[in-house]
Amino acid sequence: MIKKTLSQDKSIKEFVLNNLVPIMFIVICAICIPVSGYSAPALVQEMLTRIARNSFLVISLLVPIMAGMGMNFGMTLGAMAGQIGLIFITEWGVVGIPALVLAAIVSTPISILLGWMCGKILNNAKGREMVTSYIISFFMNGVYQFIVLYCMGSVIPIKNSAILLPRGYGIRNSVNLINIRRVLDNLIPLRIGTVNVPVATYLVIALLCFFIIWFRKTKIGQDMRAVSQDMEVARRSGIKVEHTRLLSVIISTVLAGYGMIIYLSNMGSMNTYNAHSQIGTFSIAALLVGGASVAKASIGNVFLGVILFHMLFYVSPQAGKNLFGQAQLGEYFRVFVSYGVITIALVLYEMKKRRAAKLGGLTLAKAQEEK
Amino acid sequence: MEATLLEMKNISKDFFGNTVLKDVNLTLKKGEVLGLVGENGAGKSTLMKILFGMKSIEETGGYGGTIEFDGKPVAFHSSEEALASGIGMVHQEFSLLPEFTATENIVLNRESTRYSVVSELFGSRLNTLDRQSMQKKAIEAINKLAVKLDSEMLVGDMPVGHKQFTEISRELSRDGMKLLILDEPTAVLTEHEALALLSSIKRLAASGISVIFITHRLAEILEVCDQILVMRDGCIVKQLDSGNASVSGIAKAMVGREVDTSSKKAKEVDVETAPVEMEIKNLWVDMAGETVKDVSLQVHKGEILGIGGLAGQGKLGIPNGIMGLYPAGGTVTFRGKEIKLNNPSDCLASGLAFVSEDRAGVGLLLDESLEWNISFSAMQVNNKFLKSYLGGLVKWRDEDAIREVTQRYVDALQIKCTSTRQKARSLSGGNQQKVCLAKALALEPSLLFVSEPTRGIDIGAKSLVLQALRRYNEQQGTTIVMISSELEELRSVCDRIAIITDGKVIGIRPAHCPSEEFGLLMVGHQGEGK
Repeated sequence: MIKKTLSQDKSIKEFVLNNLVPIMFIVICAICIPVSGYSAPALVQEMLTRIARNSFLVISLLVPIMAGMGMNFGMTLGAMAGQIGLIFITEWGVVGIPALVLAAIVSTPISILLGWMCGKILNNAKGREMVTSYIISFFMNGVYQFIVLYCMGSVIPIKNSAILLPRGYGIRNSVNLINIRRVLDNLIPLRIGTVNVPVATYLVIALLCFFIIWFRKTKIGQDMRAVSQDMEVARRSGIKVEHTRLLSVIISTVLAGYGMIIYLSNMGSMNTYNAHSQIGTFSIAALLVGGASVAKASIGNVFLGVILFHMLFYVSPQAGKNLFGQAQLGEYFRVFVSYGVITIALVLYEMKKRRAAKLGGLTLAKAQEEK
Repeated sequence: MEATLLEMKNISKDFFGNTVLKDVNLTLKKGEVLGLVGENGAGKSTLMKILFGMKSIEETGGYGGTIEFDGKPVAFHSSEEALASGIGMVHQEFSLLPEFTATENIVLNRESTRYSVVSELFGSRLNTLDRQSMQKKAIEAINKLAVKLDSEMLVGDMPVGHKQFTEISRELSRDGMKLLILDEPTAVLTEHEALALLSSIKRLAASGISVIFITHRLAEILEVCDQILVMRDGCIVKQLDSGNASVSGIAKAMVGREVDTSSKKAKEVDVETAPVEMEIKNLWVDMAGETVKDVSLQVHKGEILGIGGLAGQGKLGIPNGIMGLYPAGGTVTFRGKEIKLNNPSDCLASGLAFVSEDRAGVGLLLDESLEWNISFSAMQVNNKFLKSYLGGLVKWRDEDAIREVTQRYVDALQIKCTSTRQKARSLSGGNQQKVCLAKALALEPSLLFVSEPTRGIDIGAKSLVLQALRRYNEQQGTTIVMISSELEELRSVCDRIAIITDGKVIGIRPAHCPSEEFGLLMVGHQGEGK
């Protein structure tokens, strides 16, 4: 009897330890929601919008995790490609859904090129993929700025004065995306009570989820899972390890590009020089909040993460205002929490790995004592 | 008479002038089981690597001789080619993915797939897996082996025996498998599992698949093999039919190299009656591949105790565990005081020192000078070579003392170097080993552990290192525990030799005992005696 409760205690402890980050978020949200004073429909509306906006980006992270390459900070590269696509459709004056599709088409080759480059570099930095991709994204940010700030309008023909800086070349700090604002969200209108549901966006996301599920079942998905467990064993069985890893990064980068287009079309305007650099951190933080680890992530983690992460950001400014009379606190919170979550999740993952290694030693010790 | 499947003729191989195989011949008939035995380093693995077309052979200059397989002369340049011709090999280390099921592992990269339209555009890797047919394939292979194995169980959750079965099943699931090479498949198995495997091997042979079986457990060899080859120093020294072989005969052939031990002077003091310097009780060490399970030993003052045994049996784990490099438990008392395990600095402070077998990893600071390498530990542990100022608040290195002591050891051990400031990396392996020894000796330990002191160094350097050990033992009275895979080396230096098998001490004999007695101990036969 005592033994049973002990093992129950242990399994509860295990559960809490394994899901520490999501539990922390649920607790904070549970405290903040009543304090913020938002009504239920307002909260639901906001969450529906934010899930539609962000999920595609977060899902793009799943493929490299499947291949054992951790969180792809290089998704920033895809985001840059998506933004370049959006700059072009704004220049060309395309409107509506065709504009979205065209932006996606423009972004694809750029994403593939950037993803290929990133993947090549990551193949030379096995075991340090995350920090390497993080630094690559900083480096490419410079290249992006050079292209967008200096080449566009001078070398690359951009004529639209609405997006060009007054000096005649370079893109403005903020680009208005009125031509595609919410076109996907409003494509299939549905209104339940006071809540608008962006049906078409959800359909696209559902499609992507099915793609991920299908992809896991393909031969290449299996190869990726094999590579993630042990590159040497996979190589010995004839799987092209480097090629497989490369593909996973390219797929992730391309998807991140599409995700960025969906994200920005929902926002309706683009912060040309900052949007992409934040999106990587936020998406990764959201995925980790959903209970994913560096080595394992599912579609469930994506949605739970996006909901909890955005819930906190939505309610915390108001809660901060109601509690301390300062809304600023919420914005500060946002950045602080994202980096905090990533740090905690990484530390927890390492701890878990070390604990597993220790367990091996303990089992052996126990076996000795029993003898 | 069955047809000949494999014929290897006059196989020879050297690694940069160091001959490891000389003129080896072997023939194997269809459905025959060939047992290959020999000490570590006898050349068994190299021979199998040649047959299996491993890359490391070609990279080191290929091999001499001819191989005929299934009636055709072959020379495999990669293991894929060997696999394609119907040779499968199960290596000593598992090559399995823990988060995949047995099925997924067995058919890894040979999965059955279902056609999907997308594959027309992006290639066949986008076909989806056909799990049912994969499982069917896996179960077929498992049935060939006739063992109980859940095809849907995750390999990470399996007991070791089942992992081994999974590995063998994977080889069997290949089409047209004709020859299976098993490299010590029973080393990790329990007795019960080993028995199951042996009967599977017999079944495989009966179904026409030939097997080459490498093992150290001689009883198993006698049980399943039709033909037994004993290798020693790169040659086949004995070829036996299982009918007229005996365990002691094989053991003798394995180790039967006689060395001249007459040069060794008998100790004046009888070490057996000397006081106990170190007492080890129920030691266990968690060192991957060298697990120590339950070792109890007494080390007497002033002796050289040898610890021998085959690779992977746990002899290396003993010093690594005591010195705190790997997680360990049990009690170790040194001069009546218990030593804290898992605490290297405590060990060093109590006068123990360790020359590791891992020269590059633990032993040396490769990018530092000889002076640094030799004096570093002594500086840290014993506060030697330091000048104190301001009443000990500031301590500076005493460069002169460091140079002097380094020079002394360079002379004593005949370390070949251009100066004492030379970087350790630029020394040859033998000289690096001497630096490791000098470093440990600079601590002036009361008890010195030396692990594989002659691994990878040439004969000349070998005898110098061994002489140096012997000299320090005799002149300074340093008690030495020496761990080595080479029995003859132990016999030439040590006073007593303990043999470790399966993580335990199986027997301790005086060094002058005949070598076949040690050979029998190594393969797990306790024989008469204590």
